[in-house]
Amino acid sequence: MLADKDRIFTNLYGRHDWRLKGARARGDWDGTKEILAMGGDWIIDEMKRSGLRGRGGAGFPTGLKWSFMPKAESERPHYLVVNADEGEPGTCKDRDMLRFDPHKLIEGCLIASFAMKAHACYIYIRGEFYNEASNLQVAIDEAYEAGLVGDNACGSGWKFDIYLHRGAGAYICGEETALIESLEGNKGQPRLKPPFPAGVGLYGCPTTVNNVESIAVAPTILRRGASWFSSFGRPNNTGTKVFCISGHVNNPCNVEDAMSIPLKELIEKHCGGVRGGWDNLLGIIPGGASVPVLPKSICDTVLMDFDALRDVKSGLGTAAVMVMDKSTDIVAAISRLSAFYKHESCGQCTPCREGTGWLARVMKRMVKGDATLGEIDTLEQVTYQIEGHTICALGDAAAWPVQGLIRHFRPELEKRIAAYRDKKVHEKAA
Amino acid sequence: MSVRKLAEKQPATFVFNDEMLARAKRIIAKYPAGRQASAVIPLLDLAQRQEGWVTRPAIEVIGQMLDMATIRVLEVATFYTMFNLSPVGKAHVQICTSLSCELRGVGEVVRACKEKLGIGMGEVSADGKYSLGELECAGACVNAPVFQIGDDYYEDADYANTSKVLDALKSGGTLPKPGSLTGRDNAAPKGSPLTLVDDPTQPIPKQDFAVAKAAFEKAKAEAAAKAAAPKA
Repeated sequence: MLADKDRIFTNLYGRHDWRLKGARARGDWDGTKEILAMGGDWIIDEMKRSGLRGRGGAGFPTGLKWSFMPKAESERPHYLVVNADEGEPGTCKDRDMLRFDPHKLIEGCLIASFAMKAHACYIYIRGEFYNEASNLQVAIDEAYEAGLVGDNACGSGWKFDIYLHRGAGAYICGEETALIESLEGNKGQPRLKPPFPAGVGLYGCPTTVNNVESIAVAPTILRRGASWFSSFGRPNNTGTKVFCISGHVNNPCNVEDAMSIPLKELIEKHCGGVRGGWDNLLGIIPGGASVPVLPKSICDTVLMDFDALRDVKSGLGTAAVMVMDKSTDIVAAISRLSAFYKHESCGQCTPCREGTGWLARVMKRMVKGDATLGEIDTLEQVTYQIEGHTICALGDAAAWPVQGLIRHFRPELEKRIAAYRDKKVHEKAA
Repeated sequence: MSVRKLAEKQPATFVFNDEMLARAKRIIAKYPAGRQASAVIPLLDLAQRQEGWVTRPAIEVIGQMLDMATIRVLEVATFYTMFNLSPVGKAHVQICTSLSCELRGVGEVVRACKEKLGIGMGEVSADGKYSLGELECAGACVNAPVFQIGDDYYEDADYANTSKVLDALKSGGTLPKPGSLTGRDNAAPKGSPLTLVDDPTQPIPKQDFAVAKAAFEKAKAEAAAKAAAPKA
């Protein structure tokens, strides 16, 4: 288990003062000027060497992403946009960073912006996080007051402004180009890529969009060194990570541990185990609503990292672990997710707009078993008609849970259809 | 996608009060000149905070303030689900019914809300005091089930503790502190803590920046030399 001294988010549970004084006592804003003095190239190189992969779900290497920004400033300003539109079902890690460790995020924003030659940063926070936004705004005001950000951030000579922007309830705005659209005052409908945001982003200017956690860990990585961070986890899956474990465990919680921790160990050690014991486990969704469910046989041994979960046809996503014990109606659970994606589709691409509705309707019938055996194949085929045929990944996200269900729990679907048919025959006979 | 329309019955006018107008101006100033449309979501939010819901006249006023066509503001108001397009109760109660909450028995929380408030999902009480709605993942999943009264989250909810909160709401008394209703520390596991027990103010070891810089410059010089060298 990761030692406390190697945890980045030391106030994850909000037991300490989250304001500037408390944050400073925990090591935030310590030698920020020194880090900036190392130069943007060094910062980006160090981030690359740390192996940090984006914590928002896709796992794209953060340092590499930063290096895509134009090297020189031009008449078009550069922007950093922080994605705090957390809303992937199962995920609640950014929330605790925003309300209890806001200074880690603000310091990270300054360093990342400096490295990418951005003088302004917008943090897009989901509208429901009102109290979290209040804390963050207080922290931003404190940082201005103390000269940590502003005209001469940390005495570095770099002008840096940071703004908080509240959304208003749209899951799709977690997609980076939809987020940019929303920030510009439009409906949150994703843009076609290319052009990528690093070329044409917010207000048509070079922009990098990063998840809260990716930015908030940056100052600690730079202070302690890339090799410290990369000493945790497996190659290509390095660092520490905040996991959110919800559902049928004895003690649901958020916890920071090393990447590549075995899933079983994560649950047994930190969450008091599965309700009714490990053998009472039915399946786990290991990375938020959009990744396929895994049956117990895989959960027994799988590691919690990008590559290990990809190898078992699932994904680390946001590391939101949803645990389901044997009392769970697995078909109803996946059907609930299908309903979610139907509700959250932005309506722009036909395969997603129509497909998510269709999936939700068929899944609802599958819960009862009111279907034919052939429809299981049709259902699967339709998911492949949605996946990869839309502008953004919401279509894929809607397809994967259903694919996971059919891959691992097909007998359950078949049993239900048979039982429903028997019932109907009996009713007719009676 | 969710298809949403404006209410049929609309007030005649809308005016921001002085406090909201001042807040609106501060918000508009956050965005570069000519990009004031960025403030449309925050301004709609202010209008909703003032009136309880987003009215057609408010949409028109905000369009004028931000130099946006009314249809563009209307698009935004109907797209984002936090905007109430018809009146809600003075206390707007929303329950997260997404998967993590469902796994932890949100059905009982829904039952408590329906019983105590005497209304169904999507309804407003006859006296206009309460309304009940559904929320698509509140993002507090390790504290499921979760419900919201106004801006505040109530977490680790069950039938009994939800009923208690709603009793307090109905009697006009002070509501319990938002957060976990079982008294645990936010997203920490219940019981004696296993992690984050050390003093968090112990000094954090730092790398030697001079050494790091020297190594970086050396690697850069080597790479440059390699690139400049004629290919064998």
